[in-house]
Amino acid sequence: MTFTGEIYPGGDRPGGAGAQPHEADGEMGRWGDTVDDRGRPEDAGFTSSPHRPIPPSDGRGPGSDERRGETRRSRLSASLRRIRALLRKELRQIWRDPRTKRLVLAAPVVQLLLFGYAVTTDVHDVTTIVVDHDRSQASRSLQDALQAGGYFRIVQTTEDSRALARALDHGDATIGLDIPRGFEADLAAGRGARVQVLVDGTNSNTGTVAQGYVARIVQQYGLDYARAHGAALAPAVDLRTRAWYNPGLLSRVYNVPAVVGALITLMCLLLTSLAVVRERELGTLEQLMVSPLTATELILGKTVPVMLIGYIDLTLVTTMALLWFGVPFQGSVLLLFAAAFVYILSALGLGLFISTISRTQQEAFMGMFLVMMPIIILSGFMYPVRSMPLFFQRLTLLNPLRHFLEVVRAIFLKGAGVAELWPQLLAMSLSAIVLLSLSIWRFRNSIR
Amino acid sequence: MPPAAVVVRDLTRRFGEFVAVDRVGFTVAEGEIFGFLGPNGAGKTTTIKMLAALLRPTSGQATVAGVDVARDPRGLRRRIGYMSQRFSLYPDLTVAENIELFAGLYDVTGERLEARRAWVLELAGLEGQERRLTGELPLGWKQRLALGCAVLHEPPVLFLDEPTSGVDPIARRGFWDLINAMAAAGTTVLVSTHYMEEAEYCNRVLLMSRGRLIALGSPAELRAGFDEPIFALRTDDAPRAVEALQHAPGVVEAAMFGREVHVVAREAAEAERSVPAALAAAPRGAIAFGGMRRVQPSLEDVFVSLVRRAGAATEA
Repeated sequence: MTFTGEIYPGGDRPGGAGAQPHEADGEMGRWGDTVDDRGRPEDAGFTSSPHRPIPPSDGRGPGSDERRGETRRSRLSASLRRIRALLRKELRQIWRDPRTKRLVLAAPVVQLLLFGYAVTTDVHDVTTIVVDHDRSQASRSLQDALQAGGYFRIVQTTEDSRALARALDHGDATIGLDIPRGFEADLAAGRGARVQVLVDGTNSNTGTVAQGYVARIVQQYGLDYARAHGAALAPAVDLRTRAWYNPGLLSRVYNVPAVVGALITLMCLLLTSLAVVRERELGTLEQLMVSPLTATELILGKTVPVMLIGYIDLTLVTTMALLWFGVPFQGSVLLLFAAAFVYILSALGLGLFISTISRTQQEAFMGMFLVMMPIIILSGFMYPVRSMPLFFQRLTLLNPLRHFLEVVRAIFLKGAGVAELWPQLLAMSLSAIVLLSLSIWRFRNSIR
Repeated sequence: MPPAAVVVRDLTRRFGEFVAVDRVGFTVAEGEIFGFLGPNGAGKTTTIKMLAALLRPTSGQATVAGVDVARDPRGLRRRIGYMSQRFSLYPDLTVAENIELFAGLYDVTGERLEARRAWVLELAGLEGQERRLTGELPLGWKQRLALGCAVLHEPPVLFLDEPTSGVDPIARRGFWDLINAMAAAGTTVLVSTHYMEEAEYCNRVLLMSRGRLIALGSPAELRAGFDEPIFALRTDDAPRAVEALQHAPGVVEAAMFGREVHVVAREAAEAERSVPAALAAAPRGAIAFGGMRRVQPSLEDVFVSLVRRAGAATEA
């Protein structure tokens, strides 16, 4: 094959760039000078050394052990440089994207406010209607006892039994207390008096708790009354319950630490799955894959920044939980961060996996939504695992978030250590290994 | 003959039942500009992706810059540059940051990095604009910056997959000047395009259709191999003329070519008789015959004719 002049239509060349300073004359580095350099490639000054010898691939060729050791070291440092280049790029992109910044800083605050204030199962100021047929001193003091703890608030006192049904129907009251005629007389005679409690069971959680409270208050009232009136009847069993770890049984104390888990899950899934798919859409993923970057290096570069964000949110939520919500923190911060590391790995693995099976950001978003719901619901975040049907209870064992929430709550509230938490830590480590391997494997295969 | 930079034998890629590339083989010499030409879906991009180890060949062999593509994809990646039609830079990074990323990926450091950075900026005409976001640059600049980044590590072999799509003709011309200069400096360039006029810039062109190699040679050789006489016909109603000539005796093919109609004939004398007759006898009224002259076949004529023949051969 001969190359004829016809084939090279333009003789123009980009002139000697800085790469070959010895060629410099007054006009160095301008291009467009029409020097015909065909056939004199060595003078072209286009690339500094296009035929720069490149070492044989990966030390396959014969070479002394000394040399091999040296290439291994230089290969490692080249690998680290690649990871660093990718990390720097990722951090710049995250920092430059106002949406990501907003997400990282605003999501913890919103979730904390929601779960700290709005989502509450606390029994507090429960609306109560009292039908008092007795109108006695005893019936009035029972009502006082009911309101004393701050758990119940009497919105109406009436003698009309139909008003009670109406109030419950309309939701004006959650609890109805019916005190029959002769209440005081029965008490005084030591015959034992009866009152009726009606509960709006629509909200089963509040209903059950309130019912228990009313029962206890009424019972206590009966005992106090008897004692005050000189009756010698002591109860056979005096039950005194005390809630450990969360003495006020505040749902905030239970919920706020768990926000840590939900938030890390959300961030890791969202950022990792979108980060990879966005590059696939842009075409830059292909550009990275054609470079010497390995799948492991790429995944490291993609996940380390997300892990950093996870830790920022963990710190933010923990600080707010302690300082703002006054949630107790009994355990070790170090253990919390170590456990978070293992959990974040699981979440990253899952996010990466979603990214390997999605072609567009929309698909990734839908995939994320699909896994996010069961993970949250089957974690004990909002609904306790123990009140689920047995099958689902067993299913939750596969959910790393379930284990992480147990760890977080135990560290915050019980001050538990590795001795108590190793089964959960082990389960999370296993799921991290499985999910990460799966996604790296999928990632490698996606090249084919 | 300079040593071969790329050697391909029986390269095949299937996607399920679909054969995207079917037993393609060729050799590219060092410093050569080698073009892949063909319609969309012909298998150009698939071939280039296999050579760049972005896609595994189903069967066959390919050696690029002395490296077996299937056996050592990592060794290959340090020796090649790759740029696709999407100019895969990060729009939210600045010009300098994009260069820095590529430098990190390809282990270009120290003084070499300084020299190469200056070189890329000059090549892209972006000196003094290092801090601009890449997404804000006009397409032609982006394209040249992408090229600069793709060859930052001075690879002996460069793959360009439709590098000029969407770029205006002047920028395209400037881009080809760059490619010529790189090839002159010893870089082997494999480029795919569907612009016929770009094929003229290549030393050799490989024509592909439906995954098959249908012709390989320099543009001059390909034109010389086109033995059927070809005429440019002037008429005032080209679309109807094409229709009327499809079944005229001695006419192999008639196609619109600008405002004229290009007629490929089996034999010159026969066509000179039958074409005016066919126009005069056209259905729905005679078409004016404005004369016709014999012309040199363009690469497009060659290409259309070869694709037609290849199609006829497979159907037969």
